[in-house]
Amino acid sequence: MKYLTEFRNGEIAQRMAREIHQITTRPWRIMEVCGGQTHSIIRNGIDQMLPAGIDMIHGPGCPVCVTPLSLIDKALAIASQPGVIFCSFGDMLRVPGTDRDLFQVKGSGGDVRVVYSPLDAVELAARNPGKQVVFFGVGFETTAPANAMSVHLAKRRGLKNFSVLVSHVLVPPAIEAIMNSPDNKVQAFLAAGHVCSVMGYWEYPPIAERYQIPIIVTGFEPLDLLDGIRRAVIQLEKGQYHVENAYERIVTYAGNLPAQQLLSEVFEVADRAWRGIGVIPKSGWRLSAPYREFDAEDRFQISGIHTQESPLCKSGDVLRGAIKPAQCPAFGKECTPRHPLGATMVSSEGACAAYFNYGRFLSADDLAHAGAALTGVANG
Amino acid sequence: MAEQVRAENAGTPDFSNWSCPLPLADYPTIVMGHGGGGKLGNELVEHLFLPAFRNPALENLGDAAIFDLAPGRIAMSTDSFVVQPIFFPGGSIGELAVNGTVNDLAVSGADPKFLSASFILEEGFPLAQLAAVVRAMADAAATAGVRIVTGDTKVVERGHGDGCYINTAGVGVLRPGIDVGPHRAQVGDVILVSGTIGDHGMAIMSVREGLEFESQIRSDCAALNGIIANVLDAVGNDVHAMRDPTRGGLSSTLNEIASSSNVGIEIDETIMPVRTEVQSACELLGLDPVYVANEGKAVFFVAPAAADRVLAVLRAHPLGREAAKIGQVTAQHPKMLVARTSMGANRVIAPQIGEQLPRIC
Repeated sequence: MKYLTEFRNGEIAQRMAREIHQITTRPWRIMEVCGGQTHSIIRNGIDQMLPAGIDMIHGPGCPVCVTPLSLIDKALAIASQPGVIFCSFGDMLRVPGTDRDLFQVKGSGGDVRVVYSPLDAVELAARNPGKQVVFFGVGFETTAPANAMSVHLAKRRGLKNFSVLVSHVLVPPAIEAIMNSPDNKVQAFLAAGHVCSVMGYWEYPPIAERYQIPIIVTGFEPLDLLDGIRRAVIQLEKGQYHVENAYERIVTYAGNLPAQQLLSEVFEVADRAWRGIGVIPKSGWRLSAPYREFDAEDRFQISGIHTQESPLCKSGDVLRGAIKPAQCPAFGKECTPRHPLGATMVSSEGACAAYFNYGRFLSADDLAHAGAALTGVANG
Repeated sequence: MAEQVRAENAGTPDFSNWSCPLPLADYPTIVMGHGGGGKLGNELVEHLFLPAFRNPALENLGDAAIFDLAPGRIAMSTDSFVVQPIFFPGGSIGELAVNGTVNDLAVSGADPKFLSASFILEEGFPLAQLAAVVRAMADAAATAGVRIVTGDTKVVERGHGDGCYINTAGVGVLRPGIDVGPHRAQVGDVILVSGTIGDHGMAIMSVREGLEFESQIRSDCAALNGIIANVLDAVGNDVHAMRDPTRGGLSSTLNEIASSSNVGIEIDETIMPVRTEVQSACELLGLDPVYVANEGKAVFFVAPAAADRVLAVLRAHPLGREAAKIGQVTAQHPKMLVARTSMGANRVIAPQIGEQLPRIC
């Protein structure tokens, strides 16, 4: 497969790993921002190929994971209303709210549908004028252009029965929040390649300068990740801190300008709550004034929601990179993909799900024991 | 695309091939009366089911089919089919309903002989489509060498079903002396798969609302009793376990066998046969082919000395041209499935929880 197979070449990967071993003289802590990168690292065993001193810290770039529980509860309340068709990307369906998930709403008669593009939700609205069609617009900058386009099209087509429950978050403010946190351990960042394909990387040089950290725009395949790590280590060893693009086949400095123009028209920057982290100023988008009429939060006045996070869930610490998933006391015990306490155990990009599904919490000795546990999951 | 596929497959049935001309044009769709046990229901039997499935046991139209079976142990299996869309690239619910039960019997070591077929039809379901489904079942049964000897039809009100549901049950005669089962996998066994994985699941995905792929992926739906018989003829009880990895894909099947046999399973991701278009579609949607359904593939656990022989027999059959050895059974990590990745690292393939969901980005 063009552009994939050649970036999964095991021999070249081993060569790159050897080079990283040769240039590394001290321990370094590098955060990959995006959950897609986390999954690729764990699935392919990239972290096992690195020198022992290089610690990959898993970042907050999992849109499903950082969506606040209160917003998920709101989504569940809206989806339960008669006359509503509630549209969502697939991996939002199993994320637990305070007392249920979207699958359970669907099972109780709610009209919940998985869509592959927000534009499909616009079409549904056009075809069902008697229903209110709501799209759960979650994500980072990567998914934002398509979500913005859905609102733009709905306005142009004069659709009065389409709205979006928006929870868009932005990478650069999250990087700054991590760097500003008193217990920060991160010394370099692998920036999320797909976010940069939309936004370019013009936002990052001031951050690299201010916090004196290397930032490497990095892709998702094994060789992309090894190249990003190699470049980060080279800078760290030399005491340099600038922005590099290791994902040149996709990302340009300026990014996708028509997409950015649409984003600035449809959205405006707002403070956002991040699940497990708290409110980060100017860290998200909401619909701008000309498009506010499509805001599902305004259209459906939901009140009386009592949101309660599980007291056992440490997903906030995981998302900040303060602990590894397996260090959470509930990991693999109270919290499994079958009974997730937090979104990081659900989403295909969540760090806890990556550790659990790829068996990374297992030492060679307890493989046998865990085998029984996993089988229990399958049969339970 | 779904509409197009449906039109191509369903079309107007060629009634001239049926032994009785259909006077059903009065009702171009299923009505409640078709399930009422009266004249309309009889017409369906007389003019649709009987001509398609015709055989002596069915022709009595008694309350039960009466037939002779060879002496020995009998295998019995049942499965219900609710696939949407009903017609998809490479097949329909009709082929699935026959092949699904045939394959469940075949992987149990039985020679499938007789099937039942029960239809639950929704009021308004087009008769032309029902005729196409029935024709597909008849053709699939003929290909598999089984007879549909008894059946039933019920009609539910519009909105209470999804067009057409089918249940089939089947009986087959176990090969004398055969002893295969998910509990019999042994340390050292070589694991083979009869062809590419993930074709059926991605074919269905490709025609679901909102997903249109440029290249058409076809379902692998097929009866496996022929190819399995060839393997058993060649190596007999050197086959320890067989399964057809349907829902939940290869991962579910291998995890179940690892669990039942209390062994570890290692597979090599780099030699897993996956079609390029299936791999591409999976990459696009964030799915893993090892979790995607198959409807015409079998997995074999065989004694190491017999592995090359089984591979040769599989590849000599039209359904097994892309057969491959994909792994082995180990005493390490009992009850777990571990895959070696292209990077040379190992990862656990955990049993899946519920259905695989396309990810956000």
